[in-house]
Formats: sequence, structure tokens, C-alpha cells
Amino acid sequence: MSAVLEVRDLKKSFGGISAVGGVSFEVHAGEILGIIGPNGSGKSTLFNCILGQLQPSSGEVRIDGKPITGMRPCDLNRLGVSRTFQLLQVFPQLSVRENLILAGQEHQGSMWSRLLGRRDAGLTTTANRMIEFFRLASVADERAGRLSYGQQKLLDAAMAFMAGPRLVLLDEPAGGVNPTMLADLRERLRTINDREGATFVVIEHNMEFVMSLCTRILVLAEGRLIAQGTPEAVRRDPKVIEAYFGN
Amino acid sequence: MTRARRLSGAIAALAVCAALVAAPFGLKPYGIYLLSLWAVMTIAAMGLNLTLGYAGQISLAQAAFVGIGAYTAAILTTQGWPFALAFVLSAALCFAIGWLLGYPALRVQHHYLAFVTLAFTTLVFLVLRNEEWLTGGIYGISGIPRPDVLGWSTGAPRDYYLFCLGMLGLVTLATGWLVRSPWGRAFMALRENPIRAASLGVDTRRYTLIAFALGAALGGIAGALYAPLVQFIDPTPFALGLSLNLLLMVLVGGSGFFFGPFLGALVSVLLPEWLRFTEGLYLLIYAAFVMALMAFCPSGLLGIAERLFRPAAKTDDAPATPAGKAAR
Repeated sequence: MSAVLEVRDLKKSFGGISAVGGVSFEVHAGEILGIIGPNGSGKSTLFNCILGQLQPSSGEVRIDGKPITGMRPCDLNRLGVSRTFQLLQVFPQLSVRENLILAGQEHQGSMWSRLLGRRDAGLTTTANRMIEFFRLASVADERAGRLSYGQQKLLDAAMAFMAGPRLVLLDEPAGGVNPTMLADLRERLRTINDREGATFVVIEHNMEFVMSLCTRILVLAEGRLIAQGTPEAVRRDPKVIEAYFGN
Repeated sequence: MTRARRLSGAIAALAVCAALVAAPFGLKPYGIYLLSLWAVMTIAAMGLNLTLGYAGQISLAQAAFVGIGAYTAAILTTQGWPFALAFVLSAALCFAIGWLLGYPALRVQHHYLAFVTLAFTTLVFLVLRNEEWLTGGIYGISGIPRPDVLGWSTGAPRDYYLFCLGMLGLVTLATGWLVRSPWGRAFMALRENPIRAASLGVDTRRYTLIAFALGAALGGIAGALYAPLVQFIDPTPFALGLSLNLLLMVLVGGSGFFFGPFLGALVSVLLPEWLRFTEGLYLLIYAAFVMALMAFCPSGLLGIAERLFRPAAKTDDAPATPAGKAAR
């Protein structure tokens, strides 16, 4: 198995505070990797450093063996790396369908064809398929800002898949989503993983969600990796229990 | 339902076009001048609406681009250059300068960007006033000729108005195409959430620069039409006041609404005339009107129309607008 994503000794500090203190791991093709850890353990900072929203203080990130440290988010996205954010991030004034088309359009054709070519950049079919798949058909032409929170969360996730990415980093996809919709979301993610072989990295606080979705889990505490393994192994690891509950 | 709506929209648009073409035949030259000024200012405000309303980049530099366009056209046509060439060069020059002015926007946003662009307007004004060898300084440039278009002389007020109206039509079609293309979608994404947009592959740097450059180019086009309209230009009209005025046109009409600048420019050009009988009170009334509008409906006149015709409104542009016009 080859590593789709490799992170080596990644460090990030803000002033004198070390948010991520030397984290290394690999993600293999087709894997669903979970990253858990108490609040403030550096999970989102780690994501932001991997994906170029933040510049890491030191360390290296590779995609398919190619160094991408410090690459701009938009260039990274066009390499097939996609993400969602912890806080909901849809474009509220655009319709659901427009949100999805936007999420795919920069992967189609050239800058000129995007001006002079088709309005939908040839993506209406893909967008409609995604709308069907994430059960958003009833609101497809609504402005995204008028959807319920859960629906917006589904749209947010759907957008991350519009361009057929190989690697998707999801930052708390379950946050604020009701249990029924959550089960739905888990099914969708599993299906995409099975069908298209997309690789996922998921940050999550909802233990049940992350344990039932992921094949392998990393545990972060105070910016360091303190444990990793299968969901069962991690659940029983005393270091993990200590990090969450103290001793 | 939507087909009926589209049809009524098309009929309303045709009626408005017909009225605009017929308008000068019942008007005195001053009325025709005001209508021509409306067409020209609408083009400039459309440019600002692109930069501000769609791409979300505040700019107080639009007057500077109108000035650059006007002086480029004036200098070249009084030297005997053909208008068409001067016109294209005005737009191209403003596009290039607008692109450069976009760089600060990559570093600063909101009120900081407002100050950067404000300084640019002042800078251009000073150049127009002080570089006498090029611009004629405070004496300005007179005798700016009106063009012949394919053998049609636009010298008379009515003819020049129709020429401006035709240009406004072309600009409207081109801009309408643009905002509905993926570029327009990327502009709106830039306005609403640049970080998310970048994570979806939108090259926010490039789109920011394009938004500035295209907005500036429309300012230049407006300037190149303004110079032959008034036939004499000096630096005064291109000071900061015009930038603020254009900003108000965009906000009053409805920032981010495609037809917002048409209404905004109409209010800004015609209201002083209608309120002329109030003499000194005009500015007070206009200010009170703008304050009330911004306090109760910051999305402008078309925002009000959209509230009234909510079911029609899906996205930020066209569908709400014919209804908005009809309501007026």
C-alpha cells in the first residue's frame, strides 16, 4: 500500500505556544483515518498546516510522495485534495446547485473556457447526481443560506466531493448534525469510499461516529500523537483514557 | 410559472428599451444630456458593482478610472486619433492599471482597502491637475470631437445619446454574460467566503485581480464616452466626490444586483433635477433618503423589490429585476 498523504515531523507554534509539536503519520490509499483528541489538542491546526491555510513552522507534507508543504490551497485542491471546515462553510447566497457547480468548476477546462464556455462548466449532471446522492433534491434550487443546519452540513460535504478528489479531509463532519442525518452521512461517506476508492481523514469529537466509520485512529493530545491503532485498540488504550479524563 | 415569468420579464425589458430609445424625441437638449449622463454613469457603476457587488472588493477608485478613460480619449481624439482606437485604449489602459491596483487588495480588505483606493483617486486627481503638459492642468481639454460611427455622425445630442445607449446595451450584454459565467460564480464565492473558495480550487488571487481590472475597464469605457459627451473636461469632476457618488449608486440600486447600477445612476442623476425646486435642501433630502435606505434596507432599491417579490428570487441577479422595474 502506498501512502497518499505523508506528514513528517510537522510543527506549528503561535508565538511561544506550540500547537502542533512534531507529528508524523501516513495515510494509505482507500483508508478512512480518524483523528481524535481533546479540545485544543491541535487537530484543526494540523489540518490547516497540511492544507496550506497555515504555514507550518517546520516539517514536511507529501502527497503521493510529492512535497507540497506551503502550497496554496487552491493549487492543492486542483491536485485532488479536498476538505471541509469545522464551522459550516457554504455560500449562502448561491443556490444548492450553484454551490456544487462552483465546487467543481475550477477543475474544468481553462480560465478562458470558464469565461466563454458553458455557464455550468458542463457540471449540471454531476451536480444533480450529487444532489440525488446526498438527498438534497427538494432544496436543489433554494439558496444555501435558507437550508436547515443539517442540510447545509450535507451540502458542505457534497461540495468536497464534486471534483472527484482522491483525498478528502473532513473537519468535524458530525458536529451539530442530528442522529438520523448522521447515520445517513456515514453511509454516504462509506459508499464513496467503497465505490471510488477515495481516501478520507476525519477529525471528529463524536466517538460513536468516528469509531464506526474509521478503519484506523490517531489520538492527539497537546499537539503530539499519543496513540494509534484500530478503534478497539484506541478505545482501551490507557494513555487515551488519561488524555480525555485525566488520572 | 417560470416561463410566464420569463416572458413577462422579456416584455418589461423590451418596453424599457423602447422607452429609452424613444425618450430623446420628446426632450430638450438638457434632458437628452441628462439621459446620456445616466447611460455613461450606469456603465461606470456597473464596473464598480462588478468589483464591489459581485467580488466583494470595496473600491473608492472608480472616479480615477473614469478620469483616466476620459483624459485618454480626450487627448487622443483631439490629436486626431480615431475614436474607436482611443476608446479601446482607454479601456485597455484602465484594465492594466486596475489590475495593478488589485494587488493591495490581496493584502488588505474592507476599510483598509477603501483607504488605499481613496488615496489612488486623490493621486490621479493630482496628476490630472498638475501635469499640465499632458492634461492641460486646470484649463482642461476642450473641443473634444464626437465620433462618426460607420458614417453616422453622432454630433447632435440625440445621436450621441443613442450612441451611448447602444454602448450601454453592449456593456450590459457582456457584463450579463460574465456574471452568469463560472467567472461570475467565482466572484460571488470570493465575496462570500474567500477561504472556502480557495479550498475548492478557486484561484482567489487571480479572480481578485480580474475583478479589479474589469471594474476599472468599465470605468475607463464610461470615461471615454463622457469626454465627447461634455466636449470639455477638466480635473474637477474626477475627484473623490465622484467615487463616493458611484459607490452610492451601487448601494442605492442594490449592491450585487445586476440591474442595481441602472436604478442607482437614475436616482443619482435625476434626483437633483427633480428636487431642484427645493434649492439648497436637495443634499439634505438625498442624504436623509440614503440614510433611511441603508438603515432599513441595506440591499438597496432592488433589495426592497426582492422582498416584495420573494418567490421569484433564487439567486442574486436577473429574475428579481424585471419585477423590480415593473414595480417602479
